[in-house]
Amino acid sequence: MISHDVDNGIYRVKVEGEMTIYHALEHKQALLECLGHCTEMEINLSGVSEMDTTGFQLLVLAKREAEKIGRPMRLVKHSPATLEVMDLFHMAAYFGDPVVMP
Amino acid sequence: MNMDDALQTFLIECRELLQAMEEALLNLESEPDDKEAIGAVFRAAHTIKGSAGLFGLDTIVAFTHVAENVLDKVRNGEVPVDSNLIALLLSSGDHIAILVEQIAGQGVEPDEATCAAGEALLQQLKTYLAGEGQGVQITQSSVTQPHDAPLQSSGGGLVGSDTWHISLRFGHDVLKNGMDPLSFLRYLATLGEIVSVTTLPDAMPLAEQMDPECCYLGFEIDFRSTADKTMIEGVFEFVRDDCNLRILPPHSRVTEYIQLINDLPEDKVRLGDILINSGVVTQKELDEMLICQAMRSCIAEDAQSGEHVPPVPPLGEILVQEGMVQKELVDAALGKQKQARDNKAQESRYIRVHADKLDDLINLVGELVIASASAALLSQRSRDTMLHEATSTMSRLVEEIRDGALQLRMVPIGETFNRFHRVVRDVSNDLGKEIGLEIGGAETELDKSVVEKIGDPLMHLVRNSMDHGIESAELRQQRGKSAKGTVRLNAFHESGSIVIEVGDDGGGLNRDKLLAKAIERGLVGPNQSLTDQEVYALIFEAGFSTADAVTSISGRGVGMDVVRRNIEALRGMIEIDSVQGVGTTIRIRLPLTLAIIDGFLLGVGSASYVVPLDMVMECIELSEAERQETRERNYINLRGTVLPFIRLRDHFREQGKAGRRENIVVVQYAGQKAGLVVDELMGEFQTVIKPLGKIFGNLRGVSGSTILGSGEVALILDVPALIQRSVNQEAKSAGQEKLVALLK
Repeated sequence: MISHDVDNGIYRVKVEGEMTIYHALEHKQALLECLGHCTEMEINLSGVSEMDTTGFQLLVLAKREAEKIGRPMRLVKHSPATLEVMDLFHMAAYFGDPVVMP
Repeated sequence: MNMDDALQTFLIECRELLQAMEEALLNLESEPDDKEAIGAVFRAAHTIKGSAGLFGLDTIVAFTHVAENVLDKVRNGEVPVDSNLIALLLSSGDHIAILVEQIAGQGVEPDEATCAAGEALLQQLKTYLAGEGQGVQITQSSVTQPHDAPLQSSGGGLVGSDTWHISLRFGHDVLKNGMDPLSFLRYLATLGEIVSVTTLPDAMPLAEQMDPECCYLGFEIDFRSTADKTMIEGVFEFVRDDCNLRILPPHSRVTEYIQLINDLPEDKVRLGDILINSGVVTQKELDEMLICQAMRSCIAEDAQSGEHVPPVPPLGEILVQEGMVQKELVDAALGKQKQARDNKAQESRYIRVHADKLDDLINLVGELVIASASAALLSQRSRDTMLHEATSTMSRLVEEIRDGALQLRMVPIGETFNRFHRVVRDVSNDLGKEIGLEIGGAETELDKSVVEKIGDPLMHLVRNSMDHGIESAELRQQRGKSAKGTVRLNAFHESGSIVIEVGDDGGGLNRDKLLAKAIERGLVGPNQSLTDQEVYALIFEAGFSTADAVTSISGRGVGMDVVRRNIEALRGMIEIDSVQGVGTTIRIRLPLTLAIIDGFLLGVGSASYVVPLDMVMECIELSEAERQETRERNYINLRGTVLPFIRLRDHFREQGKAGRRENIVVVQYAGQKAGLVVDELMGEFQTVIKPLGKIFGNLRGVSGSTILGSGEVALILDVPALIQRSVNQEAKSAGQEKLVALLK
């Protein structure tokens, strides 16, 4: 489930539930759509209960696309499931977002 | 991929692997230096651990891991193979089997007893790891770090190149196939310490073309572990075909890194940076690499321009010559390739089919046989030659289909026999006797449904032979036999049935003791005279035991009667040969199949009967003179031998007048012959055996029924029972005649 609210062009996107291959298509569309409209994007990961490689790839994709069009993108409130994946892939630095250890 | 299916595959695979492991361990017992067998045991444990890791079955991984470490030491010659170790590993194998069945099979956590047993085994296994087990000496002085000891980082994580370097590029489809790079990394972490991971998302295409269900990631991993290359490769076994994997061992040559950099799709400078960052190589080394690489390409160009191009030696050879890899590594890799090829070849030769499907097929073929018989009958009546020809062609094909379908269910008995290696080993240990197992006729085939039911009876017989048959070592030596006893399992085909023999070279049955016991228990009258066969058959009576001592294995007098019941339920029979002081052989005779047979159709009055064609020896017409002669007695002179017979007309109380002619069908079973007097011989008939209901369970002389082409029902005669009956009657009446003669 991806929901968002808009605050002055800043899209605050919240992902909830699984970020797995079962929802990958739907998540990709939702994320790219938000990215297309926003001036700035913040993805709230606190509700992510499970993440697999597809979910992670989508975050990478979003980050890369955001950089390409020069719009800031942040990941916030990483859930434990998200953190584990970031950790295993050693990719926290790639996103460069502050991570609050639970 | 459906996880449940995958788990099923895992279960089946585990069972097979554990079986292979057990066989290899038993092999090791006789040949402790068999490297192949050690390798097989190790591979089995390793693969189970690997697969269990993928399913996140941590309990199995944890236990198998320790066993695997011990095996690794065995493989390296650090721990000698002895019987204690084999016993321990066998129990460990059993424990893994329990874990797999409970956790993967039933989805429950192992119960307390299992946990306790596992803990005890772990303790024992760990003594080998620590090198302080009884009688265990570390034969090599080189101190390898025990796998279990926590690996200590020397701080900062940048410790030169004592790490493995793993380059991984996943294929696009791995995610769709249900594999996730995450789980491989997680599993890798259980083998050692992941020093650094660099994730490379470079292969990801533009946003529009990016398929979110595809995997675009690559990884450069530095990994510190005492695991060997095969183990590390094993982690990625499930994605081997679907990923690009390169593993460089610690302290690899600079040239190998050059090769790696050249081979990988990403930008070379970037890869160099990654290697430096992860601490595998230093900047200086990288510079050397680049120079070296440049020189190499120069040489290559020279070689190309020169007229004489030396033959290029195989890659493996170059690697060894230049000291890049040890010879063993190449050998191992080649062995692995060959094994993979063999496995592939085997996979293509076999397909797994659910047994129910085969049963359905056999049932359908049975109906087809009946239907085609009916069609053949109608065509015969119609007197249309064309139709007749067509149906006879069809009948022939149906017959072939029948044979083919039945053949599908035939399995060699060897697999069942092989299970007994373990049984014999364990029981002989329990009994403190030295007993070996000999197997013969392992390739003999019989119906799968029979194989399934024969296991338990065989188990009883083998245990019985070992416990009661084979004497203690001292007694054997007194009798001039070798101290080591032998149990034999043998199988062969004989006239439509399969014969399975369980033999031993033990003390043989004591006829007098058996008879005395039988008389004491009132099973036999004190003045009754019994043949040897009849006396031996007493051991199958319920509650009959001559054992002086009841052991944990047998001697309670239960079991043998169950054996006989089981065999009889399969329409089989048991006979015993025994010579005192030399040994006993128990022979089980079973019909080859339980579904469709070639039958011989007989007519008596208005009814039809079927006997299995394999049991028919010959058919003789009774002449009028002989009919007169045989009116009073139940035997004829068949070329100088006495042939007892049964008049089926009388036996089944058939009404109506006897036909003008009578025939004798001579049938044979288990070496005994008898005649069946019938009115009419109606020829061969494909017989689909339909079981009789429970009500007819006690009916003697009839083993089943079948449906004829005309739709009528014919009874299938139970030839063994009929033969037994006629032989007995003959013996009885002969006895009476003797008595009459004596009285006179």
